[in-house]
Amino acid sequence: METDAVFFTDRSGRITSNPLLDQLPSYQSLLYRRKSSVSGPKRRSSSRGRLGSSSSGKWNMSTFTRPFEKQKSQVTEQQPIRELAKPMAEKRRDKTQRLEEAQELTNWRQWRQSSRRYLRRLRDDAQEWLSSMKLWRGDIHLIEGMFGTGILSYFSFLRFLVVLNLIIFLIKFSFVMLPIIIAPYASGNITYNLNDAGVCSVYPSSARRGLVIFHEHITDLLSGGGFLEQTYLFYGYYKVDKIHFTNVTYNLALAYLLSTIAYLFLSLIWIVKRSARGFKRNLVQDEDRFQSFCNKIFAGWDFCITNENAARLKRSSLLYELKTDLEEERIKQKIADRTRKEKCRIYLIRLILNLFVIGVLAACFYTIYVATIFSQEAQMTKIKVNFIVDLIYEYLPSIVITLANFITPLLFSVIINYEDYSPAFEIRFTLMRCVFMRLTSIGVLLFSLWSQITNCEEEPCICGYNHLLYSCWETRVGQEMYKLTIFDFITIVAVTIFVEFPRKLIVKHCDCGLAKWWGQQEFAIPQNVLEIVYGQTICWIGTFYCPMLPAICTIKYFFIFYIKKVSLINNCRPATRPFRASSSNFFFLGVLLIGLALACLPVTVSVAQINCSHACGPFVNFNTSWEVLPTTISQLPSGAQTLLFALSSEAFAVSFFVITCLAMFYVIALAGAHKRVINQLRDQLAMEGRDKRFLIQKLCQAQRLSPVRSPVSKSKPRSPSYHTSFASNFSEGVFLAHSPPDSSTHV
Amino acid sequence: MGTTASQLGKDLLSEYQELTFLTKQEILLAHKRFSELLSKDERNLPNTRVSMERILTLPELKSNPFRERICHVFSTSDQKNGSLSFEDFLDLLSAFSDSATLEIKSHYAFRIFDFDDDGTLDCGDLEKLVNCLTGETDDTRLTTDEMRQLINNILEESDIDKDGTVNLSEFQHVISRSPDFVSSFKIVL
Repeated sequence: METDAVFFTDRSGRITSNPLLDQLPSYQSLLYRRKSSVSGPKRRSSSRGRLGSSSSGKWNMSTFTRPFEKQKSQVTEQQPIRELAKPMAEKRRDKTQRLEEAQELTNWRQWRQSSRRYLRRLRDDAQEWLSSMKLWRGDIHLIEGMFGTGILSYFSFLRFLVVLNLIIFLIKFSFVMLPIIIAPYASGNITYNLNDAGVCSVYPSSARRGLVIFHEHITDLLSGGGFLEQTYLFYGYYKVDKIHFTNVTYNLALAYLLSTIAYLFLSLIWIVKRSARGFKRNLVQDEDRFQSFCNKIFAGWDFCITNENAARLKRSSLLYELKTDLEEERIKQKIADRTRKEKCRIYLIRLILNLFVIGVLAACFYTIYVATIFSQEAQMTKIKVNFIVDLIYEYLPSIVITLANFITPLLFSVIINYEDYSPAFEIRFTLMRCVFMRLTSIGVLLFSLWSQITNCEEEPCICGYNHLLYSCWETRVGQEMYKLTIFDFITIVAVTIFVEFPRKLIVKHCDCGLAKWWGQQEFAIPQNVLEIVYGQTICWIGTFYCPMLPAICTIKYFFIFYIKKVSLINNCRPATRPFRASSSNFFFLGVLLIGLALACLPVTVSVAQINCSHACGPFVNFNTSWEVLPTTISQLPSGAQTLLFALSSEAFAVSFFVITCLAMFYVIALAGAHKRVINQLRDQLAMEGRDKRFLIQKLCQAQRLSPVRSPVSKSKPRSPSYHTSFASNFSEGVFLAHSPPDSSTHV
Repeated sequence: MGTTASQLGKDLLSEYQELTFLTKQEILLAHKRFSELLSKDERNLPNTRVSMERILTLPELKSNPFRERICHVFSTSDQKNGSLSFEDFLDLLSAFSDSATLEIKSHYAFRIFDFDDDGTLDCGDLEKLVNCLTGETDDTRLTTDEMRQLINNILEESDIDKDGTVNLSEFQHVISRSPDFVSSFKIVL
């Protein structure tokens, strides 16, 4: 801003506002909007005085104030009082003023206002009651105070999963287990599945006979076999076909299938709804920058931090983050300046390293495949070597998966250093690789299981699956999922107790160089989140085969919350690179959605493709589990049938697809048009600002030439003028050559 | 109108519920915490103001780098010394509560960040803001070059009319696109 010789210095050196700028309509509207929250009673009179200064009558204040008064009364009617940014005394005054105004209204309007107020209060009370019912409020508040909102998002994510699993269990329970349980009490007649004397429907009991040694009970508990196999826990127990109550027949097979579809659908909708909140804000940003400095600076400090130590750490992490982001900008510049030879070299290195990563992944998957097959064969041979060795054979796939998931992230974080990406992209890419590794390992396990199940000595299999080894293959798959869940829980507990606590003790009490280099445990949010998303994916897949798995997962996550909280408070320090709450939520829910998509795939394949076992389960009478649905539809009245057939026909699907595409194209075109308009308006705004400054300068120059000159009456205290910085960019004070008249037309 | 005895009247409570974003529980808790800051004889006086030093002993404000600015912004005292009455305290908690609207939060955030109280965020305000965030000692500050680069980036993102400062509308606009603001601008007793 160029200094102008037009403006005189105020004697006290303080800046007084330019009366001309204060008369501008834009300033007036802003002045109304935050009324006199800034100025106390003294200031208000002075601002009134300024408003009244109509320099030589050229500005007619009345023409400006009237539309603003009308605007004000319109707005205040709609906006609740507490949304006005004013101190309490003024809000009270506004309220009494509104009540007076309300008396003047007609009865209809009065009733409408009061009913609106009543409904608002009702809604507030309901929300208050709901939020008081939230689980773990005190714990989360404590964590928030100590570590900030980044780590808090992990714990609220955990809480979300607990509630989700509970709801899934309730769905399964009320539609599948409850009818079976209450059938004897509600005079229901259960028809079981026909047990034709074919060779496929032989199901040897797996309960142990004779004297059972104690450790065999433990083995059974940990592996889901033995006494647990023929219980509500697994698919094989539900041999019920239909339940005939007095008035209605309950088709359990259909209920089993539909509840599976229902819980997958419910999870999808709930996750999308939860992520939509943060997603909207992310989408609106029209800059393609990875980081937004404004977000880091203006929303950078967590005001909820109460711990002095945490505040100090937050400061240092903010400093670190700012420095690395600023450096990243410089690196981007460097990347753009790369020569062609360097680019070729980098691309070659990246290609080699990616091939290496793929090789490592393939090796891991092959190991899992081999381990699964070995474990299955060891269980089939039924030669018991030793209690511990048996357990290891049972848990071999889980052990291999856990080891692979432990080693590969370390490998990836080493490899990424050589690939020379920008720091932000490095983090994302490593995370993507780890996510892929974790979730695909479950898929490989299932694939190897299925290859075993459908592998008969004489091709093709008589029953569609290997009935000799797997008389009830769904229960077997359910047991594997059960084992994975239990082992996952044991791993988390063991790592916390045997790795994190000793590490803290060593670092605290031992002063050697190794301890200093190792350092205190950092609460790495991405790895922790991957752990629980992995567990949740297993739960989604396993619920079809093991209907009580969601209940087990609820209890598991319940305990994990307390374990992680204790470990966090006692062992960990916050990460040096902070994880922002908003991007965290997006990341968590995004990974969870990937897990859900990956979980739907095996369930769909097994429902639609693989022959269900003829010896157990509710689908004995059908070839595949999906067949229950067409069979039921064919029993519906013909009207409903034709409707359903029409909905699933190709004509409907194609037209639906075309309409959706059209809607999408329209929305994209609209967004593009809006963007163009926004850019034009931006340029216009900048130009208008410049015009205004230019005109005001000229005006002041012109006024200066007029002979009337009198000093400003009193030196007013500086008041925020909430308009462009024209006045405040000058170190010298500013005043116009006019005295403010006494007329006070107030807004 | 202020607090009279150690208990809040029912009418007053419902009035506060209507005029702020706080729930009944939160208002009562605020009253309890505020009374703890007062000495025994001050408790029975209506409309007492607590000095800024005593307010800053609250654990929620003690570690906050903006604690003095917060007190100044919410204070309605005539001496401009940052002392808060109970109603100022309720206004503070209401603006920082979970259910406050984005407009209220961004408005007060703007005033808190406006260190020289001139109605706009210019380079001096932004520099003080960044120093508050990173720490006041010399080894925790950014270098001059880094500070200049950072302030240029901020102004590039938020200054729409290119006048070198951020005014209230520009600030509210950039805050509406900031996904972290609502969750970080929160104080719960």
